[in-house]
Order: sequence, then structure tokens, then C-alpha cells
Amino acid sequence: MEKKIQVQEETFDLRAEYDQLRSVSLKVGAVVTFTGTVRDLNEEESVKVLHLEHYPGMTERELDKIIDEAAERWDVIAATVIHRVGDLCPGDEIVFVGMASQHRGDAFASCSFVMDYLKTRATFWKKEKTEEGARWLTTRESDVTAAGAWGKSQLPAVEATKLPKS
Amino acid sequence: MTVKIVFFASLSEELGVNSVDLQISGSSSVSSLISQLADQHSADWLAILTAENIRIAVNQNIIREDIGVTDGDEVAFFPPVTGG
Repeated sequence: MEKKIQVQEETFDLRAEYDQLRSVSLKVGAVVTFTGTVRDLNEEESVKVLHLEHYPGMTERELDKIIDEAAERWDVIAATVIHRVGDLCPGDEIVFVGMASQHRGDAFASCSFVMDYLKTRATFWKKEKTEEGARWLTTRESDVTAAGAWGKSQLPAVEATKLPKS
Repeated sequence: MTVKIVFFASLSEELGVNSVDLQISGSSSVSSLISQLADQHSADWLAILTAENIRIAVNQNIIREDIGVTDGDEVAFFPPVTGG
């Protein structure tokens, strides 16, 4: 399997990413790509800037593990995940996931799986800067439910660390 | 022996730092690192680092319970992730 994982400030070229996935092998019969963009309306405030921070090193490791788990579940010939960091504006592209498989079922399912897992495991944090001020976003319950719906995972659960009471 | 401690997102903002190097003697648990940090800084640190939902990673792997750390380890504290 070909893997490409990038965390970057710059945007990405959908056509170039698609072409790269498609050209990995002549066995590729389906390429599914997902692009996430920055919404203007989040909880009824006008978003001016969305700031993305991440944990360099750990982010790439987590994305790598997520792709590996997808490849264990489905036929994956090539996988690309690109996530942007820094300051983004409404309408900007923020994340790209592309999966190439022999058949569409594997490409659709693995793309959806990688995105659901990215949402709950990859070490990115969003901060909204609006006219009313800045605030860090909190995890949406629906994202946790979506990742859980894929069933038991090889990856350890992401839970709050339990420490002894001092 | 030195352990590198890093903080992300709301945590680094609340604490006012992105990272600190902590001197430890021999092997130490993550919970004792937190006590040591609170002693060196303020009681606020204890509250912030032991708040509900805080994730801790040692050498970039999430830990689910208290474990030992040693010289050269990197310990990270962060809130639940919100990427994508």
C-alpha cells in the first residue's frame, strides 16, 4: 500500500492528489476522495478565522496507524491524508482524504472510516476567532458516535487518562 | 535526568507555556510529575493538568493510566482533539 500523510499550512490541489492516487497501480478501479472545508456558521456566530494547532510527530503517527487499520479492514491500494494547520478562513479547504481500491465499496468505506477516526484520534485542535472573541472548540458527541460505529478497533481507546487521586 | 513536558491548545494557553523541562531523580510516575509541576509553579497547575477529559501521551502514545517515565521521555497533556 502507498501511504501519503502531510500536515501543512498550504492548501492542496485536488486534481494532483487524485491523479497520484489513480496512477499508483493499474489495479486501481475506484478512487474516493473527501474534502472538508471551513464553515462560516458554527453555533450561530460569524467565524472570521479558524486556527488549527497540532502535535507534530504524534499527529503523523496517529494518521499512519489509522490508515494501517483501514488497510486491514478493506482493500486499500493507496491512501492520502492531508490536513492543514495555521489560520484558515471560511470556505478554505481544511482536510483531504483519498483512498484508492480495486472496487468502490472498499474505497467508500475506508475513506469514511479514516475520516471518522481522524476526527476522534488525530491530534489537531481548532480555535475559532470571531468578532465576539476566541475560543477552543470542543469535541462533538456525534463524532465520537461515528467513530464508535465502526466496531472494535485494534487501536487503543482514546479516553481521558485515569490517574490515582492525590 | 530530564523529562520534556509539552502542552497543547487550551492547556498551553491556561498555563502560559508550551513546554517545560523537568528534572527528576530516577524513575517517576506521571502523577508525581504533575505534583512536582504544581509545587514548582502553582496549585492552578494541579487543577488544570488533572481536569476532567485531559489526555496524556508519553512518547507520543496515549496512556490510559499512570505509568513510569524516565530520562529523555516526552510527556504531553492535551484536551480532546477537534480536527477534521
